[in-house]
Amino acid sequence: MSRINELFKQDLKVVNMGLESFYNDLKAQKVETIHMNWRPRAGGNPKMLALLKRLNTKK
Amino acid sequence: MVLYDIRKNAYYDSVTLMLISKEIKQIEGVAEVLVGMGTDLNKELSSNLGLGGEAIDGLSPNDFFIAAEVSNEQVMAEVVETVARLLTQKKASGDSVYRPVTLNAAKGMIPELNLAVVSIAGQYAEDEVDRLLEENIHVMLFSDNVSVEAEKKLKQKAVDRGLLMMGPDCGTAIINGIALAFANVVKRGPIGVIGASGTGTQEVTSLIDRLGSGVSQVIGTGGRDLKSEIGGLMMLQAFDALIADPETKVIVLISKPPAPEVAEKILKKVSETSKPVVVDFIGGDIEMIRKAGAIPCISLEDTAYKAVAAANGETAADFAGFEMSDAEISKIVDHAVSGLKPSQKFLRGLYTGGTLADEAMKLLGNQFGGIYSNIPLSPEYELENLNVTGKHTCLDLGEDQFTVGRPHPMIDPSTRTERMLKDIDESTAIVLMDVVIGYGSHENPAGEVADSVRKLKAKVGAPVVYVASITGTSGDPQGFESSKEQLEAEGVIVMPSNAQAVRLVGKMMHALAQKEA
Repeated sequence: MSRINELFKQDLKVVNMGLESFYNDLKAQKVETIHMNWRPRAGGNPKMLALLKRLNTKK
Repeated sequence: MVLYDIRKNAYYDSVTLMLISKEIKQIEGVAEVLVGMGTDLNKELSSNLGLGGEAIDGLSPNDFFIAAEVSNEQVMAEVVETVARLLTQKKASGDSVYRPVTLNAAKGMIPELNLAVVSIAGQYAEDEVDRLLEENIHVMLFSDNVSVEAEKKLKQKAVDRGLLMMGPDCGTAIINGIALAFANVVKRGPIGVIGASGTGTQEVTSLIDRLGSGVSQVIGTGGRDLKSEIGGLMMLQAFDALIADPETKVIVLISKPPAPEVAEKILKKVSETSKPVVVDFIGGDIEMIRKAGAIPCISLEDTAYKAVAAANGETAADFAGFEMSDAEISKIVDHAVSGLKPSQKFLRGLYTGGTLADEAMKLLGNQFGGIYSNIPLSPEYELENLNVTGKHTCLDLGEDQFTVGRPHPMIDPSTRTERMLKDIDESTAIVLMDVVIGYGSHENPAGEVADSVRKLKAKVGAPVVYVASITGTSGDPQGFESSKEQLEAEGVIVMPSNAQAVRLVGKMMHALAQKEA
């Protein structure tokens, strides 16, 4: 059975990354959810991001 | 004078900031303002608005700024104070639960996380989604501006791991009865829906609810899934899941016409299942669908009718008419058209939902001399400079040319309000609109339309006819009935579906043409 069919039988537990209104809508529907204080990695600096990515893939 | 207020390393989401920008513009003494993060897009936007400068050029996407053209420094002080107050208000409306900065910390708080809703800026989405899929977390990716290459890579990873990767640019889904992003409160039932078109899926699922049935799962794929480059990866994956799902008795597929080889792949799969499959490849090849043993549809509404019939073990003929009797429809048409002045000739379609605008143009066809649009059915009807004078028009206000620096019109209806006040005049005969309610949408889109209609009645010295449909259900936070009442109180004719609203407008346009002849 695929993980999708497993999901259909579970209670949703949702992490929200981005627009906070989506998190508020989930809470209004009584879903267990968490809003991440997301911000761009490396301050959004493309060079730093590329470096970080290379470091991570080498791990 | 242009003044700035900059805070390094203070991050806020774009929709919050765009809504704040809009409120700040109302302050007296403010000629132009941009409140945002130091992204390349905002830098370009501030320079286009005449607010650019060195102070902005050096910012990073983690830096928050206010740039305003104000009459004096006191006004700027008021701007800064108001922004601070609005930001605190937005925060206070949330809760005091800790907000983790990393996915690991989030998993520490809810160890069995099984779904992520991602709506961060598109250029950062690939890395974040990749990490989520690594953790075997299903993803709904609302963000756009994600490359086709990234989409393919992420979807392939999801397929390999048996996961959902809905998107990018996936606006709607209902999983286990929970509405995600822009979705309606639809009863649970036997119909499983896979949609590559957001408002199209909302229209079909809302109508399924209003016809008394319900949905098992509603899975979005993002609009590019059925293009050759992606090859229908997510639709095929979701289709397998719905075939295996015992709650799903009927499967509905909704998409703009797929690439031919993708259509073939999907229809081959369709021909192999014993579950009834209802297919709306909006305006696509109907014969091909029939040959695969599936049920083809002629509109989003027809799709809902046929899905509900199939769920009841019945077959339904094409629904191309009205729920009201012919006599009632004739009465509405006669009444509307007989009141029009000779100057009133043109149709103005003003849509917040792209698929609904597209459906309107397809159903009206190339009669009445063609309909001009920013998403035209053929290139000769492309609207130049969005100038609507002297022709029939139908606009998708959710397209990029209307949404730079502001939220989608389903969140912020002021884009449509402005267009209504600008585009509707003594030459306008009929206005055709959608009102999309549900989670994600503005708190009262019908009220905003009703307000504009009231203002226009005072401004335009001719009896313009307003026709609308509401995409939504009685369970939605805004309420279907209350939305309908607000529109009808201003004389808007509210039809039960977009297709019926369009057909009614078609009849009115014919009657108008006859009257002129």
